[in-house]
Amino acid sequence: MQQLINVFEGIGSTLQLLVRALSFSSTLWRQRQRFIEQCYLVGYTTLPIVTILCSFIGGVLALQAGYSMENFGAKQFIGTLVGLSMARELGPVMVAILVAGRVGSAIAAELASMRVYQEVDALETMNIPAARILVLPRLAAIAVMMPILCIIGDLVGWFGGSLTSKFFIGIESEAYFSALRRFMEFKDVMNGLFKGEVFGIVVVLVCCNIGLNTRGGPREIGASVTRAVVVSLILILVLDFFVTRALT
Amino acid sequence: MPDTGTTSTVSPFSGSENPAVSVTFENLSKSFGDFAVLKDISFRVDRGEIFVLMGPSGSGKSVLLKHVVGLELPSAGRVFIDKYDASEETTREKVRLALVFQAGALFNSLTVYDNLALYPREHQLADEAGIREKVMRALQILSLENAAAKYPSELSGGMKKRVAIARALVMEPQLMLYDEPTSELDPVMSATISEIIATLKEQYHVTSIVVSHDRDLALSIADRVGILMGGQLVHLSPPAGLRDPGDPRIADFLHPQIDLKNPRFRKLES
Ligand SMILES: Nc1ncnc2c1ncn2[C@@H]1O[C@H](COP(=O)(O)OP(=O)(O)OP(=O)(O)O)[C@@H](O)[C@H]1O
Ligand SMILES: [Mg+2]
Repeated sequence: MQQLINVFEGIGSTLQLLVRALSFSSTLWRQRQRFIEQCYLVGYTTLPIVTILCSFIGGVLALQAGYSMENFGAKQFIGTLVGLSMARELGPVMVAILVAGRVGSAIAAELASMRVYQEVDALETMNIPAARILVLPRLAAIAVMMPILCIIGDLVGWFGGSLTSKFFIGIESEAYFSALRRFMEFKDVMNGLFKGEVFGIVVVLVCCNIGLNTRGGPREIGASVTRAVVVSLILILVLDFFVTRALT
Repeated sequence: MPDTGTTSTVSPFSGSENPAVSVTFENLSKSFGDFAVLKDISFRVDRGEIFVLMGPSGSGKSVLLKHVVGLELPSAGRVFIDKYDASEETTREKVRLALVFQAGALFNSLTVYDNLALYPREHQLADEAGIREKVMRALQILSLENAAAKYPSELSGGMKKRVAIARALVMEPQLMLYDEPTSELDPVMSATISEIIATLKEQYHVTSIVVSHDRDLALSIADRVGILMGGQLVHLSPPAGLRDPGDPRIADFLHPQIDLKNPRFRKLES
């Protein structure tokens, strides 16, 4: 029972934080320096791992598709399968998981330690809301960077699939990409980007909220980070189901 | 100091004028769980007054200050800044107040300069050149010019304290709350802090509440001194009243005798 209450409280305070942060949207231009810094942290520093992970995911997809489609002679459709799975599902989900692990944990740790070491209290006495200078720039940064990361993830995944198909399955790149193009629509990619955007914003919001609500000392900072990442991962997978259901 | 209602705070930096404020504690009580920290405290700090609050460690002085800035909410009773309830968020928009935290509470990811500049920048109080002037002035007052580019992790304990005070000065508050401002400072710097507090009062009529164990500070600049013990305000008088407090607990607190033959911790053991 208590746990259920905690869950609803968490949802409530997270939504409140979102509303509060958005109510300061007009200050975003003044805070562009923070925004750019966050874009750098969220986007640029996550890029290498997104590239590595997504190229392998694309490769594995191609291997599995090659294995299972060989039986009914549909190997030439590997491109279709890799393309669609990557764009509609694995691209956004994998990028979101990386963002939760890399960006979300960092946000939770930073805000939790600012809370524990009274920096957030100091901001409050200065009448500078944390939602304005700590949360809003991060939200804006993830909103801008997430689609970019997802597109890069998709592209890298497609190429990973194409290379694997060529060297391990014997499907030439032209055949692979023509299959990929034939059944893929613009809407499939948009669909994935929309999902990614939802995941990214939810992850950042949840991690900000958990960080800012930390009470205690160093041990609680660690606990907050763990909780932020676990909650983010659960939410990504649960939301994935519902968003996918809503979009199809 | 009588409440004339006409005194006003003029900032040392911009010359802007803010009306000085009073602080009223009305039957303030605070418990954490069933541990009562503050018990039914009532007193008033007048406009432009320097009120020094003393008391043993753990008696609830920091908790009391946090009620004034709305960081802790009363379990019972209320705190008013002028006519505004301190627990309401809008009060901090109406009254400019600054708290020098006991532990400094500096922004660790910002340099000393940016720590000081944050408030005027966020509230758009001046252009970058104006802010620079204010910040450098505050740093100068506290002999911190050379630390401007440093990060808080690169500072000594006393330097952090001075940065915290400088950051509060830049805010040009109507109400200054200091939590043990001189506890980590050398005697000269302590005297400087006392002078700053007194100057802010004399020239700019800033109301100050100072939590401090520094008897020199209390005796030389306080208008009134309060002593908090066991969650209650056990003494309230002008500093002269401390010479003969009557209550033996207070006398022992103010002038503890170091008795090597019969130490206190031995008394506890027996
Ligand atoms: N957030 C909190 N939760 C539970 N107890 C608290 C909390 N904050 C303070 N206390 C308790 O309240 C009491 C008063 O604390 P406070 O920090 O006000 O002491 P203080 O008078 O400032 O002491 P010092 O001179 O050592 O700074 C202490 O016993 C402390 O344990
Ligand atoms: Mg204290």
